[in-house]
This record gives sequence, C-alpha cells and structure tokens, in this order.
Amino acid sequence: MSGVRLSSVTVSYNGAPAVEDVSIDVAAGEWLAVVGPNGAGKSTLLRAVGGTVAAAGVIEIGGVALADMSRRAIARSVAVVPQQPVLPDAVPVLDYVLLGRTPHLGYLASEGPGDVEAAQRSISRLDLEDVASRPLGRLSGGERQRAVLARAVAQDAGVLLLDEPTTALDIGHQQQVMELVDGLRKTGGMTVLSALHDLTLAAQFADRLALLDGGSLVAAGSPTAVLTPAAVSRFSGAHVQILDGPDGPVVIPVRGSAKADGAGDPQA
Amino acid sequence: MKGGLLRLRPTHLMVGLAALAGALLLGVMVGPAGLSPGAVLLEIVDALPVLEVDSGLGDRAAVIVSEIRLPRVVLGALVGGTLSMAGAAYQGVFRNPLADPYLLGVAAGAGLGATLAIVGAGSGSSLVPVAAFGGAVLAVAAAYGLGAAAGGRRTGVTLLLAGVAVAAVLTAAQTFVQQQNADSIREVYSWILGRLGTTGWDEVRMLAPYAVVSGAVILLHARLLDVLALGEEEAGALGVDPARVRATVVLAATLATAAAVSVSGLIGFVGIVVPHTVRLMTGPGYRSIIPLSMVGGAAFLVIADVAARTVASPAEVPIGVVTAFVGGPFFVAVLRSSRRVVAL
Repeated sequence: MSGVRLSSVTVSYNGAPAVEDVSIDVAAGEWLAVVGPNGAGKSTLLRAVGGTVAAAGVIEIGGVALADMSRRAIARSVAVVPQQPVLPDAVPVLDYVLLGRTPHLGYLASEGPGDVEAAQRSISRLDLEDVASRPLGRLSGGERQRAVLARAVAQDAGVLLLDEPTTALDIGHQQQVMELVDGLRKTGGMTVLSALHDLTLAAQFADRLALLDGGSLVAAGSPTAVLTPAAVSRFSGAHVQILDGPDGPVVIPVRGSAKADGAGDPQA
Repeated sequence: MKGGLLRLRPTHLMVGLAALAGALLLGVMVGPAGLSPGAVLLEIVDALPVLEVDSGLGDRAAVIVSEIRLPRVVLGALVGGTLSMAGAAYQGVFRNPLADPYLLGVAAGAGLGATLAIVGAGSGSSLVPVAAFGGAVLAVAAAYGLGAAAGGRRTGVTLLLAGVAVAAVLTAAQTFVQQQNADSIREVYSWILGRLGTTGWDEVRMLAPYAVVSGAVILLHARLLDVLALGEEEAGALGVDPARVRATVVLAATLATAAAVSVSGLIGFVGIVVPHTVRLMTGPGYRSIIPLSMVGGAAFLVIADVAARTVASPAEVPIGVVTAFVGGPFFVAVLRSSRRVVAL
C-alpha cells in the first residue's frame, strides 16, 4: 500500500501553468476525487502523478520521490486508466491485459507463465472470462472499460489513477465501474485518484474531494464540506441545489438564476 | 489461448519456412542456361558439407549454379526479407498502415546518391552502392534532426512529416541532376526500378551483416511494438520510452534498408504488401508479424525474381515492375478486406 503526497506541484505547458502550487496528501487506501470545471487542470494533475508530464515541486509515491524513480519503477507503482484509452480493435482481451505486465518485464524480455497468471486473475476479477479471447473491437462499452481496468490491475501497482472513467458509459455501467474500483481498492488495498466531473458520483464513492479551479486547489475535504452551492456555482458557473442523499450530498442542477439564488443554503 | 494470441505460432513459422524453401529451390532450378533441374538439385546437395554426390554437371554448369544462380537467389531472399521486415517495423513504430521502409526519405536519399554517382562515375562504378547507402542514411538523419528541431513534443507524427519534407527536397534535387544529365537517364532509371544483379557473392556479403544485426534488433523489439500500439502516452505510463524504442527500431530498419537499396535499387511494394498479408492472415501481434514478414518477404522476392527472369526470357523485366504489378492489385484487395479486419 502506498500513499501519494504532493507538495507545491506546478505543471506548465509552454510557460502557462495548467496546475499551480497544489499540495495535498492522499493516504494509502484512500480514494481522492479531483473535481472542478473543464480546463481546471484535473487531467494534468493526474498526468503529473503518473509521471507522463514534467512537474515542478515534489510528488512522492509511498515515500519515494517520483523524480528519483525510473520510468519503469513509476509504472510498477502507478497504474493509469486514461480518459480515452487506445484500444487496438484486433487485439484480444487477454493479450491487451498482458500488456499491463510490461513494467515487470526486462526491456527486451517476454512474458512468463507468472505474467499470464496475473493477467488471468485480473480478467476474472473484472468478470471478463467469457470474452477473454475476443478482440477489443467486438466488446460493448462497459466491457471495454472493464478491459482497461483489468490491464491497470494486472500492472500490480499500489496507486490507481482514473481520468474520467465513466464519461462514455450509461448510468448503470457508471455505477458498475465505480463499484468495481471501490472493490479493487478495498480488497486490493489500492490508493485511488480519480478525476470526475460528475459531482454526485464523486461524493458517493470518494473519501475526499479536491476542488481545482484554474489550476489551483481551492477546497479539499469531505464531500459535504467541499460541495456547497456557493462553491459549485462559483467554480462551475452552474445553478445547483444540494440535497442530502443516502450516500452523501447529491448535486441537482436547477434552471434559471432566480431559483438557484434561492437555493444558496447548504443542504436545503 | 494459454499464452495469448500476439505471439508467433509454430505452425505459422513452419508454413512460412516451407514456402521459403520451395521458393529458393525454384529460384535455383530456373534459369536461361537450360540446366536440368534435377542435376542442379544434386549439385546443391553436393555443395553441402559431408554429402558427396555426382550431379553429372560439367565444371562450367557447376560454376553457373554456385556463382550465378545461388548468389542471386540468396540476395533476393535477403533483400525481400529485409524490406518486408523494415516495412513491418515502420508500420509498428508509426502506427500507420501505409508506412513502408522508404517513408523517412530513404528512397529519395538513395536515389540522389546513386544518381550523382552514376552521372559522375558511370553506372558500373563501385561508388554507386556506397553513394546510395550514404544518401539513404543521411536522408533519415536529416529527417530526425528536422523533427527534433521542430520543437514541441517529439512524436512519431512530427518525425513522419519531417521525412516527407526531406524526401520532397531530395527528390527535387535528384530530378534536377537527372534532367541536367540526360545521357545517363537510362542507367539512373534502371537503378530506380530496382534489379537483383550479382557479381558472385559480393552483394550478399555486403548486405548480410546489416540484415542479420538489424533483424535481431527488430525481433527483440517486437513486443515493445505491441506496447506502442497503445499510443505514446499509454506506452509511457507502462514504463516504455516511446522515443527510445522508435529511434532504435528506425535506426535498425534504416541501416538494413539502406544496405538493401544499395545493392538492389528501389524495389517497391515488398515492404508494404508482405507485412499486410501476414497481418491479415495471422493477427495484430508484432512478435508474429516481424518474423513472418522476414520469411514471407524473402519467399515473395525470390518468386518475383523468377518471374522477372522468365516472363520475357531471354530479356529480364525489372523486378520492381514485377513487384509493383503484383503489389498494386494486391494492395487494393488488402484495403478492401481491412474494412472488416482493422489493420493496425
């Protein structure tokens, strides 16, 4: 189990900061959801933790600074589920999941029986046994997302980064994917960082939310503390009402500014 | 599927090797000297160590087999295997089904080098292969340099576009030189069409080291090409440095292609038709595509050379004409079927 620590993390693209001076700790086994409007820097922050963009400041995974780790060592500690994964249509599910073993292999080595076993375990954990030999191009949307998760799980990393894992899915599959991630976290002891723009879903599953705006961390804490109508309307420009649901705050969009102004009271 | 489908399956390799053996035998037995195929076969068996058989061929005929037919067939196999392997490697590195080994300016660079040498020293000059090799390697180096100088994120696409620019400039220069020296246009043209001419085993000796070393490097990188199929960002998140894999594979493929081009000219279509055929028949894994492209490309070019030598016998049709004539229609068929079976 490894936690993640960010101290004064700044990421710039061509001189313009996309993430600025973000500091936050994620405990081992915790689920932190990074929320915020489009362009707030959610994906960039995840990329920095995954080591695929250069960042100033210090990022530590399990107490080791990312800057001191090789690319392969990072890939053994952090598994990434990108927002729009590339799924080569002709590649069968088992082979795709096996590619997740790459960081455990030597530069020019081939997978051994242990790697095939790891891939098969991960396939059965995500309930993909029936389609294990099917090409990715012939999977349903929900199966595709589970295949990507299975590849990330086969990586055997302590930290799982999910960039908008539910965007392309209907409500049933959104719940299924989130439950699966929660199960992986609980049984596999993974630390989860996810970017999510669905605030209600984020509040239901994450332990804590981190609200980003314009690249800066503007609020962090429990879902009820972060999701106030004032915060949501200020940073997303949305008119919302926030209700107290069975699994945390529920964010409901409301039409027209008059109504929304009346809903300025937390947990109305 | 115990170990996954992306790996090389032994049955595929056996079929490929059998086809190659058949093509090599056919290539040695057919020729204008009118030797009996059976006697040629015995002569080859005799040439193997340990075995002693009397083929019944005279000394002159024996020399035809060992110094003319055998080197030509072996050269055809080496060139065909090298170009197909390099084509498959380029397709994997650039994730582009239209990539061929000449993509980054190898053809244009070799063409300019060979043209300059032919104009300056004549088509028989030993400078021609050297100039072609140098031109090919310099062109790809220029494409790499330009791609890096373009700044920003160094992706495969930047490199590919730099290659297009380099090829355009070098082709323009080659056309200019050729147009200024109209008397040697025939030699230049015949070089560009490609041919498998041999003087004993010299060409084979020149190409073999490049083909073997580059082939080994590319085979070892085949699994990493499967990882690159996930795109640069995801390959990076799996601990692979895409730029390093690309540079290594492109370097190996370029050296092998430049060596092949320097001895055989610009034989087209082998590097694109063979890897696609292999891909369609055996699936998307580079651990299978790379070795089978080597074997298949070797067999294909040996058979194309038999056709080039016999169709208009005693004259020879340029082998580049044969491969393009077969390759064109074949490519259309590949494109038609790849609508269903997605290519990369």
